[in-house]
Amino acid sequence: MSTSDQPLQSTVLLNEHIALGARMVPFAGWNMPVQYSEGIIAEHKHTREQVSLFDICHMGEFRVKGANAASALDKIAARPVAEQKNGVCRYNFILNKDGGVLDDIIIYRLADDEFYIVVNAGTRPNDAAHFRKLLPADVSFADESDATAKLDLQGPLAADVLESCGLEKAKLPAYFNCMKSKIGGVDCILSRTGYTGELGFEIYIPADKAVEIWRLLLSKSPVKPAGLGARDTLRLEMGYPLYGHELNTETSPVEAGFGAMLKLESPRTFEGSDALKAKAPSKKLIGIELEGRRAAREGSPVLFNGKLAGKVSSGAFSPSLGKAVAMAYIDSAFDVKNGDELALDAGKATIPGKATELPFYKNGTVRKKL
Amino acid sequence: MKYFTKDHEWVRVDGDEAYVGITEYAAKELGDITYVELPREGSDLIVGDTLGVVESVKAASDVYSPISGTVIAVNKHAEDDPSIINQSPEEKGWLCKLDNIDLIEMDDLMDDKDYAKYLKEIAH
Repeated sequence: MSTSDQPLQSTVLLNEHIALGARMVPFAGWNMPVQYSEGIIAEHKHTREQVSLFDICHMGEFRVKGANAASALDKIAARPVAEQKNGVCRYNFILNKDGGVLDDIIIYRLADDEFYIVVNAGTRPNDAAHFRKLLPADVSFADESDATAKLDLQGPLAADVLESCGLEKAKLPAYFNCMKSKIGGVDCILSRTGYTGELGFEIYIPADKAVEIWRLLLSKSPVKPAGLGARDTLRLEMGYPLYGHELNTETSPVEAGFGAMLKLESPRTFEGSDALKAKAPSKKLIGIELEGRRAAREGSPVLFNGKLAGKVSSGAFSPSLGKAVAMAYIDSAFDVKNGDELALDAGKATIPGKATELPFYKNGTVRKKL
Repeated sequence: MKYFTKDHEWVRVDGDEAYVGITEYAAKELGDITYVELPREGSDLIVGDTLGVVESVKAASDVYSPISGTVIAVNKHAEDDPSIINQSPEEKGWLCKLDNIDLIEMDDLMDDKDYAKYLKEIAH
């Protein structure tokens, strides 16, 4: 993914991955496990049916504190922050002045005056600069990424695994909630969030404890490690956007399908809101189910009634559905409805497909009550 | 006898006919194979022609014909369940069977010993 000549960064778990037989690949400037010995499809299915552990240490974590932190973040993030309750996580965006997405993030409200912000690996330096520029002097900002390890425990049995580590199931955070907790005697931030569509948790611990907690979680049956390959097919089946593919500075959150969340009709203003309110979306993100197993890839042209109507943003074989799926941006000039027939130009072949409601995979346990 | 190309295809000569597939190394490099496109039966291939396509979760890759010949059979099992190419790339996961082959073309390919040596070289 990275085209720069910068040396790749490694997470503190590199030696664990190598010992587990991982295949390492460059991703967003990091040397990351794309799969372990069982392969992407087995890891994908294990996450859907049981529980997997992902090394997500490459992502960034910021901490923002101060009596005015809430009102300041409310002017920076696209979705309201001031109203957010303590212990709640909210998926959010930071935008440029034109309304293009600089990053998609999750903002955790840890206390009245304390926020934790989880950002993508590739955008982290620019994100930090953006917050530093826009936050007032009386609000503190710290980039804690280097000192923080992030482990994602994802799958229908994730809560049982935490229980076997001594956490009380009834006290685990509800969907999109977070809390300060302890795992294996180590202080952590624990949130009921993830990127797979399954019940799961994201665990933030000090980087120097990462190996210990990684091994602890992997020692609990039936936890197995899963790589970024499975993470990508899992998120694609859920229709979740991936920064750099569905989201970028040329795309607004409205075009990506998050318009209703932004409450643009309210008088609230934020960085990028003027542009979003002024301009009609130029494209729309849709799901496409392809006929058969052959996948369309990023950049493949999408034809509607024989005319070039858009471009694939992500595409792969869906292990859960047993056929290929894709997400694509369709130009606003075309009125493509769910069920409409499309053709994807994969270079040597044209693959027929159908516009489909997202998510592709509808049996995920992500919202399951504990 | 079995022969190999630098692009990691194999040919197994069986009398006047030959089976063609991708090597264990290629299958492992690709990862889980999710789709395979095979040539039409009856089509004539020349060395280096695109014989088909194999796709894994992460990548798509053309397969080139290691020899010339006429396709007399394709592996329908591999089309229906491409995972057999991962499980048994050089036996059950064969891709197609050719006749009208020319044994002289095998001179340009590697035997198993040379291929094993080649794999060691590219590993460095």
